[in-house]
Amino acid sequence: MIDRRLFTSFDWKVLLLILLITAVGILNIYSASASYRVVGTPYALKQFYWSVIGIGLILMICSIDYHILEDVSYWCYGTIIVFLLLVLVAGKTSMGATRWLNLGLFTMQPSEPMKIVIIITLARYFTRNQMPGLLGIKGISIPLLILLLPAALIVKQPDLGTAIMVCLVAATIMVAVGIRWSVILSLVLTSLPLIVIAWNFLLHTYQKNRILNFLNPERDPLKSGYHLIQSKIAVGSGGIFGKGFMHGTQTQLRFLPEQHTDFAFSVFAEEWGLLGSVIVLILYLALVLWGLHVASRCNDRFGTLLAVGVTAMLFWHIVINMGMVIGLFPVVGVPLPFFSYGGTSMITSMVGAGILLNISMRRFMF
Amino acid sequence: MKGQRYIRGGHDLSKRLYLISLGAVAIFLIILSRLWFLQFIEVGRLREMSENNRLRFIPVAASRGVLLDRNSKIIVNNTPSFSLAVVPNEVKDKDYLLNNLSRVLMIEKSELLARWERVKGRAKYFPVVLASGLTRDQVEYFEENSLRLSGLEIEVKPVREYPEGMLASHLLGYIAEVSEKELEVPDYSDFNPGDYIGKNGIERSYEKYLHGEDGGRQIEVDARGRFLRVMNETLPVPGQSLVLTIDSDLQKSTEKALGDKAAAAVVVDVNSGEILSFASSPGFDPALFTRRLSPEQWASYVEDKRNPLENKAIRGQYPPGSTFKIVTALAGLSEGLIDEKTEVNCTGEYKLGNGTFRCWSKKGHGRVNLKTALRESCDVYFYALGEKLGVDKIALYARKFGLGEPTGIGMDGEKSGFVPTSEWKEKKTGIKWFRGETLPVSIGQGYLTATPVQLAAMTSGLATSGKIYRPFIVKKILDHEGKTAKEFSPEIMKTIDIKPEHFRLVREGLLAVVNEPHGTGAAARLYEVKVAGKTGTSQVVKMNDRKQAVAYKNRDHALFVAFAPFDKPEIAVSVVVEHGEHGGGSAASVAGQILRKYFELKGVIKRPSTDSEDESSDDEPEGDAE
Repeated sequence: MIDRRLFTSFDWKVLLLILLITAVGILNIYSASASYRVVGTPYALKQFYWSVIGIGLILMICSIDYHILEDVSYWCYGTIIVFLLLVLVAGKTSMGATRWLNLGLFTMQPSEPMKIVIIITLARYFTRNQMPGLLGIKGISIPLLILLLPAALIVKQPDLGTAIMVCLVAATIMVAVGIRWSVILSLVLTSLPLIVIAWNFLLHTYQKNRILNFLNPERDPLKSGYHLIQSKIAVGSGGIFGKGFMHGTQTQLRFLPEQHTDFAFSVFAEEWGLLGSVIVLILYLALVLWGLHVASRCNDRFGTLLAVGVTAMLFWHIVINMGMVIGLFPVVGVPLPFFSYGGTSMITSMVGAGILLNISMRRFMF
Repeated sequence: MKGQRYIRGGHDLSKRLYLISLGAVAIFLIILSRLWFLQFIEVGRLREMSENNRLRFIPVAASRGVLLDRNSKIIVNNTPSFSLAVVPNEVKDKDYLLNNLSRVLMIEKSELLARWERVKGRAKYFPVVLASGLTRDQVEYFEENSLRLSGLEIEVKPVREYPEGMLASHLLGYIAEVSEKELEVPDYSDFNPGDYIGKNGIERSYEKYLHGEDGGRQIEVDARGRFLRVMNETLPVPGQSLVLTIDSDLQKSTEKALGDKAAAAVVVDVNSGEILSFASSPGFDPALFTRRLSPEQWASYVEDKRNPLENKAIRGQYPPGSTFKIVTALAGLSEGLIDEKTEVNCTGEYKLGNGTFRCWSKKGHGRVNLKTALRESCDVYFYALGEKLGVDKIALYARKFGLGEPTGIGMDGEKSGFVPTSEWKEKKTGIKWFRGETLPVSIGQGYLTATPVQLAAMTSGLATSGKIYRPFIVKKILDHEGKTAKEFSPEIMKTIDIKPEHFRLVREGLLAVVNEPHGTGAAARLYEVKVAGKTGTSQVVKMNDRKQAVAYKNRDHALFVAFAPFDKPEIAVSVVVEHGEHGGGSAASVAGQILRKYFELKGVIKRPSTDSEDESSDDEPEGDAE
């Protein structure tokens, strides 16, 4: 069962790359939360614990053949859909928003595993239902249903960030499978009226405000617009070499919102400057390119699509988070993988990394 | 199989994967160029913004809505609290400053230093609170000497003030700092660590009305952090105030009647559902929670066996005991199993199969009919009736009276109580329901439980011949100018399809309980107003396990439900005294005191009362005695 080649073909360098990003992240959280009044365990230490759990998960995932995922994918999909429905019906509601589900022993947020499950499900669908040529309207209708059901449930919670993420990941998989330009065009055209509907009926006031404030920061210079401005000042004032660890004035004076979670990169850019930011950017780019490389050298279609999906998940998290921090995108609550504080994000990212390493080390088996 | 399963053909995608890689690199290049733009080209302007003209955002908390009783008397108010903070980085002469502070604040220098050092190792730019609750004089001193004593900041925060002390603590709840977990919820997305929010009771359930919208000032400060000018200002929108349905005078009397016992009492207007009084005892001091509880205070609350932090009126689930005979009796009448003349001979026990079920009266009640069975709370009569009804019929009627589900009073954490059915038991244990298990249920024991607020609602349904209004606690929401923004009107929760004459028969039984010889509820009697009620004793430990002196925790709970006036009911009362032994004693006398106060406040009963026979009359030392 255990093939020696599994060890020799394990990508130790990639694991090191991930550990490096995580370590820089923990250091950064230490600085970002230095001005906080600490209640209980400091954030940096908690993040360290999460990363240890995450590495354990990577090793666990690598010990199991990823093809099992193909068999269980629809079951996982069904289960998470049921959980998402349960959240809407019986989730923990606190002042109107419902994301958490109490499972007796622990509470869970089923929208988060959906990010991974949608990848597995679509990878299986496109593996088992291969069609000659590029995908047309017909070929894309079932995958769209598979995507829109959870996406709608997640928007309803409301959790716009996760819903957008799930859609982007699914779209990337479809592009990798190959899709006709005419289909893309018609999807864009039909989604316009859907956006109007979503704007009027699905989005909450706070979500609408975030988007409006992005388009015009002066609209609300004290709140969400203020966050964007302050984040830009933080990044820009870092200059080439940065203000130094623990010396970012924007950070330490707490101009930044959620500076240990969604705006963690803003802290880093202020304290380490263009030099530091570019290094982190290169580390992330290396990770993404390696993920795509794993996809293209994998010998079976399921593995390829799985690798594309997981890489897309990491990629879009990175791009949307960084884009938000530097003022390219509106403020949507999307964390930076391995870098932002938070157990949920850390676990999802590590599981994704585990799947990629798994596919990579089994490339010789088929 | 295997070959077919793992479909080959990742390679046909590699061309597209190559293009996707190029796309990824392109998007990273866009991010890179943006970083370069901000950190290389714009760095001068942005660094200037971050260094020279320091913008600071000073949040200005909205003043929280106040809580008023039904007569517009303030029961929870706000008062500004000033605290003094120091920004370590901006202090020139630490020693000089500390000496000054020590003198003005009258706090030991070493103590101030200790508070200062608490934040050691953390950012020096962040203000550290050294003292709170400053006097006006102290605030004035620091403001006048701000140049000499650089680095000081005065922070103003409105804090809750409780003119009535611990009154209705469970109903009102308390406010405290928002927790990390709460901050993760999107509806709290506008809150920051350190903000205060309602944690319990009305403060929590009506947070979105009470909180208002926090404002803020964007100010410019100089290099030393001194205020230069206001750049931008958003004024806070004060929170809305709530007019509650409770009457603070009646509430006070209710709490006084409960004393320091572990107990709860609810008074509801039967014709609207307005809660007039809502007490859970012992109470707690909400002011302590606002000022951060010391570990000792917290321990004293948590370790108290009487459970002061629990809102027993909506979260205490007690077997309703004989108060439930109201429902059993109405079920029997409505199903045609009994009428007012039906008689049962009570010998003090009831045999069913191999089991013997005892009446509370060992020697028995002799021949009893509906009225005498209710009056003397004869168990045997209801055993016989319960056996005929069966548990599922009893459950059906219990649900008609709102038992087994939360009343929807509008406060978080309300419990539903429990109404057993044969289906439930079989599903849960796999064992069939035994007929013998029905008998305890028919006298309100066994698996059956209800909360005090449910019992009050149940009683109001009897008083009105079948119309139960949903109990509610907030009458009106006022905007900050005092105008009515929203008014809550009565809402019917249950309409019970039982004939009026059946209700009348049971009501007459309850009148006898309080007013006739042998009645078990004489302690609730008022001579000016006809009171009808029902006692209840709910067993904590089985009868046969009993010794002469029972330990406190094993003593029975005492219950009493009542409504008045008998001819034209206005209010219903439910009282539960944990481990209070007999419902006829402690609970009924509490209900009597509450009812007396209600009619005194209405002017129906003159005060002081000249009733020497009533237990409650001697503890009302009112001023206008003759």
